[in-house]
Amino acid sequence: MNSRRSVTGELRAPLCGMGICFECRDENQQRTCQLPFAPQVRSPRSPGIIIVGAGPAGLAAATKLRDLGLSFTVLDDNPTAGGQIWRGDLARTQTLGSDLITGTRVISIDAEARTLLLEDAERAYQLPYTKLILATGSRELFLPFPGWTLPGVFGAGGLQALVKSGLDVQGKRVIIGGTGPLLLAVAALLRKKGADVRLIAEQAPLASLSTFAKALLRRPAKLLQGAGLGWTLAGIPYRTSTWVTQAHGDESLEAVTLNTGHTEPCDYAAIGCGLVPNDELAQLAGTSPHILTAQTGDVDLATLAGTAAACRAAGHPFNEAPLTDARAFDAALRQAFTLRPELRNLAAPDTFVCRCEDVAYSRLTPWTSFRAAKLQTRCGMGPCQGRVCGPAVRFLFGWTDTSVRPPAFPARIATLAKTEGDL
Amino acid sequence: MSSCKYDAIVVGAGIVGAACARELKLAGLNVAVFEASGTIGGGATAAGMGHLAVMDDSDAQFALTSFSQRLWSELAPELPADAELLPCGSLWVAADDEEMAEVHRKYAFYTARGIPVEVLDEHQLAQAEPALRPGLAGGLRMPADSVCYPPCAARYLLEGIPVFLNHRVTRLEDIDAGLTILATGTAVTQFVPWAPVAPRKGHLLITDRYPGYLTHQLIELGYLKSAHAVATDSVAFNAQPRATGQILIGSSRQFGTEDPVIEQHMLTRMLARALEYMPGLANLQGIRTWTGFRAATPDKVPLIGLCPGFDNLYLATGHEGLGISTSLATGRLISDEILGRTSEIPREWYAPGREFAHHE
Ligand SMILES: Cc1cc2nc3c(=O)[nH]c(=O)nc-3n(C[C@H](O)[C@H](O)[C@H](O)COP(=O)(O)OP(=O)(O)OC[C@H]3O[C@@H](n4cnc5c(N)ncnc54)[C@H](O)[C@@H]3O)c2cc1C
Repeated sequence: MNSRRSVTGELRAPLCGMGICFECRDENQQRTCQLPFAPQVRSPRSPGIIIVGAGPAGLAAATKLRDLGLSFTVLDDNPTAGGQIWRGDLARTQTLGSDLITGTRVISIDAEARTLLLEDAERAYQLPYTKLILATGSRELFLPFPGWTLPGVFGAGGLQALVKSGLDVQGKRVIIGGTGPLLLAVAALLRKKGADVRLIAEQAPLASLSTFAKALLRRPAKLLQGAGLGWTLAGIPYRTSTWVTQAHGDESLEAVTLNTGHTEPCDYAAIGCGLVPNDELAQLAGTSPHILTAQTGDVDLATLAGTAAACRAAGHPFNEAPLTDARAFDAALRQAFTLRPELRNLAAPDTFVCRCEDVAYSRLTPWTSFRAAKLQTRCGMGPCQGRVCGPAVRFLFGWTDTSVRPPAFPARIATLAKTEGDL
Repeated sequence: MSSCKYDAIVVGAGIVGAACARELKLAGLNVAVFEASGTIGGGATAAGMGHLAVMDDSDAQFALTSFSQRLWSELAPELPADAELLPCGSLWVAADDEEMAEVHRKYAFYTARGIPVEVLDEHQLAQAEPALRPGLAGGLRMPADSVCYPPCAARYLLEGIPVFLNHRVTRLEDIDAGLTILATGTAVTQFVPWAPVAPRKGHLLITDRYPGYLTHQLIELGYLKSAHAVATDSVAFNAQPRATGQILIGSSRQFGTEDPVIEQHMLTRMLARALEYMPGLANLQGIRTWTGFRAATPDKVPLIGLCPGFDNLYLATGHEGLGISTSLATGRLISDEILGRTSEIPREWYAPGREFAHHE
């Protein structure tokens, strides 16, 4: 696993597992969590439908377009398809064949000219589209608490993704924390891979979880999934109204303290406080009749939203009812796992909120907007472009970000200097 | 001074307004600042490169920039670290013999006026900045120039002065003060419709951290040609080392638009120009781009002083691409005029009511 020194000299290791936190980058911004970021040699294609994102929504859109007999291209910045949840799941992804281009990032969208500016490990090129389906999924909300920058503290989905890409957790003592059903899935995977999962700390109170359980009962497929997990998870303590307040260690994680006051030794902590949509590309593109966005959420919602987007792109009718249902379920889920206000008070004055620029919590409190804080403290000005601290300061201070501009991800100057025709 | 709540109100918390407010406060006036946005230095000041330069486009420009540079060096010891003052010097890059002739002309001009300068030949240039492409003709080094981070410098200038954020002035009559100083940048025409100020858009890009990649603020001498070409959109190679190790790459100039959107074709042109001078930039990572609007005047000299037709309204705007550099001198000239002091440089050169002959 790659590590780096932060701007104030702290040792850092991956957090997100999906190429957005930039904690495991090398000098070429190559993220170890995305290796191999191999160039895909492609001949220029004639314009067609482009799907950005090969997770559940993107794959569902692809399947639908194929059923409708339409051609398309799927782009993804990770080395394999599947998104976070089905990463490396060949059964679900290998059908894409040559319609899939991995290891490729969308750097900019020209909605007027209907072209994408793309970059892979070696090249940059423009790709025209007739319709664009944005299925960019979500990332985790990471909330700062003392010690959260220590190597060994991951996002919950972050550790899940890294394990799916081969990180060995055999015998490692792991604490899982944060909120939502993802914690259970992560625990199940880790246990399967031989980790010693010591505890699942769910911040939500038991009362809201029973609401969630009722919602599950209305959805038998979900119930089965839940039951299956129950079996795998047997024996792992699951504590509600419990959260990690501090991580301890000297250059790497050694223990965490919980709000109960208990301190538990561990090698890894996997902490995710829910999901936030990766909506940067949608914001960059603006509204256009040629651009469709697949809403993200749990797998069911993403799948239906991907199918819906494909139908709309193809001008094909789509039955809205199941999508409406999935949205309602997603809303209920979010309701059940609402973050408690105490989580706003976890950061100590010297806890870094912006990991790229090492901006401490106390430096942010004098400001009243994200823009003011950015200009005065450099918070959000690093290579992750505020993907990690942006949602955090929204939760902590109610600040929203102002604008998204190209490049959507850090990109080589050569890429940004590309002119039309440089295919 | 009067029965008003404040002796003076400065409208606009950009670096120019901040410098004016500071000078008036130092002169003993009771001053406050009204700022429309939620941020100090969120307008052109946030967009600017922060190159603190002496320039020789006209006598007026030279006087203002060199006076201001002296004020910056007096302020330097007290500036906070986050103002990121970096005494890197400037290096004007000459691509060919014609531009080298310009280097010698500038050398004579500055030397005659006591500004330290140094002519570099082809080899000295390559040694000074190894990342420049081989085969350039030479350059002019101006070691006293520097760069800073303007929003934090503006915040520092405003320390101890009441700043009312999210306070947009809509009518001058509403201001309860003996004097008003309009430091509203391009927005000045809202209050003074005849003011010869037009927005001139610029694009910039900043890279990830590459400490040591660059030593000087670099500017191509062709910049002079493009900065003068008001009729067309232009780009010029401009690269700046930041205190963080980042490299700031500029810049473009466009009239006739007020849309802040990043224009891909301008960004492309600007970066392609940079790559002509520094091919190695190709593999560095650009992490952010933005645009900003310079307040341009027909003679490229700002409007500083009493507004014709008023006895209590002062203008401090029209600084085009040099408002960070010349902010401190602007504040000093404004307070000299208000307090009836004589100034170190001729104030009439900047008088808002002057004749505007086009200097093309
Ligand atoms: C791309 C680019 C690069 C540049 N590079 C450099 C450089 O390297 N060196 C240099 O010296 N200069 C540079 N400049 C120029 C410099 O940024 C400007 O000249 C300078 O910032 C102007 O400062 P200001 O305070 O006049 O304007 P601004 O910073 O725009 O401040 C004006 C303020 O007034 C406020 N305001 C407007 N209307 C109202 C109202 N009605 N009520 C209340 N408040 C109001 C605005 O919100 C704003 O905050 C550059 C500019 C650009 C665009």
